[in-house]
Amino acid sequence: MSIRAKYENELNCVFNKLIAMCRDTELAIEKSVNALKQRDRDLAKEVISEDKTIDNEEREIEQDCLKILLMEHPVASDFRDVSAALKMITDLERIADQASDISEISLQFGDEEFIKEPEHIEMMAKLVIGMVKDGVTSYINRDLDAARSLEKRDDLVDELFETVKKDLIELIKTNPANADQAILFMMIAKYLERIGDHAVNIGEWVEYAATGYHRPG
Amino acid sequence: MKNKRKEEKQTEFGQNISVKNAELWYGDFKALKNVSIEIPERKITAFIGPSGCGKSTFLKCFNRMNNLVEGCRITGEFRIGDVDIYGKTDVNLLRRNVGMVFQKPNPFPMSVYDNVAYGPRTLGIKKHAELDEIVEKSLRGASMWEELKDRLGKSALGLSGGQQQRLCIARALAANPKILLMDEPTSALDPISTGKIEELAEELKKEITIVIVTHNMQQATRIADETAFFLLGELIEYGDTEKVFSAPADKRTENYITGRFG
Repeated sequence: MSIRAKYENELNCVFNKLIAMCRDTELAIEKSVNALKQRDRDLAKEVISEDKTIDNEEREIEQDCLKILLMEHPVASDFRDVSAALKMITDLERIADQASDISEISLQFGDEEFIKEPEHIEMMAKLVIGMVKDGVTSYINRDLDAARSLEKRDDLVDELFETVKKDLIELIKTNPANADQAILFMMIAKYLERIGDHAVNIGEWVEYAATGYHRPG
Repeated sequence: MKNKRKEEKQTEFGQNISVKNAELWYGDFKALKNVSIEIPERKITAFIGPSGCGKSTFLKCFNRMNNLVEGCRITGEFRIGDVDIYGKTDVNLLRRNVGMVFQKPNPFPMSVYDNVAYGPRTLGIKKHAELDEIVEKSLRGASMWEELKDRLGKSALGLSGGQQQRLCIARALAANPKILLMDEPTSALDPISTGKIEELAEELKKEITIVIVTHNMQQATRIADETAFFLLGELIEYGDTEKVFSAPADKRTENYITGRFG
């Protein structure tokens, strides 16, 4: 096998692991919001315990990337591919942490009835899951347009966050006893809003991998 | 009577190299095609590219070493500072100002001292004190004084390859050059000697412009401020080393440095 082919094999291996990590991360977000909605404590606990698996996936991909940097001394687009993967897994790992945090919060709701059905939170979750998926897919497919579109999609997530915030403020104003749940919902919405930001980061790393340009924060 | 001092002053060399539309033929073979480049002073500029791409040929234009090759014809403008080096320039004076170190260390079969003093002696410097001073300064410049000060009378051929190469750099420094050309200076050396030459280049660039031809791309990324990529006699890309190695503008550069061809 030529040196080049060997290198491409190693990079493909990183790609495959990244796709798997991304799928697990999407599932974690989905399950965390389902656990909240269905008040499924077991599912919430599952998300929390599975966070370790995603941490391990991150560690493994990180090791693979560091090994490529050490052994292959990649340059140009090769270097950018590996650097982008290294940065993206940090975002994915944080996203999974936030899914786990959402599950921790959902466990705090107890058995009381919701002050409001979390339909906007569900919409936020749907949007960010799509963004995370498309972020990583745009990296694998070198799809610059898809990567760049994430920023616009994040605006929708931010709008929904504002809606959730306003609704909760109203609910607290109506009845201060709603405050306990409102704060928990607010934290969940904030985590989802942050997940959207991480997905945008992923898109920015895809842009860097493709063009060499990384947007200033 | 001719005023020699005035003549010397007229050919005061600068430290930057400016080349416009350079073309070079070896007989019918066109080895350089319309190359233009601005090499900044007191920086390290690396020339990279596959074998036969013209990088060494181009390097040798800067001190007119190609004049020694039969059938070699050069057109275009080569300036060092303001001096048109293919105009009415004294070639010996040019080569004093533009030193060169080759791939294979080539010390003269004489003592360490005589190697370094050789150039100054040919310029008519005979006073021992003055020669001693030049030898010490040059060996210090090449970071060799401490290891060789007690062996100045020993044959240079007894030195290791790495030491011989640094001695050749010291010998070039004895002429007090403004520019130092290095043609794959470490390709025959072990990593430790290579490291010493690289450190030396970093040190020397405070005073001297360095142009280095290298096949070792890690070497270019380690020490070069600017990198130029040549292919089939053309200058394909030239710019900041970090930029060239992280986001090259030309696909051919990308393909070469990532090992997709060459």
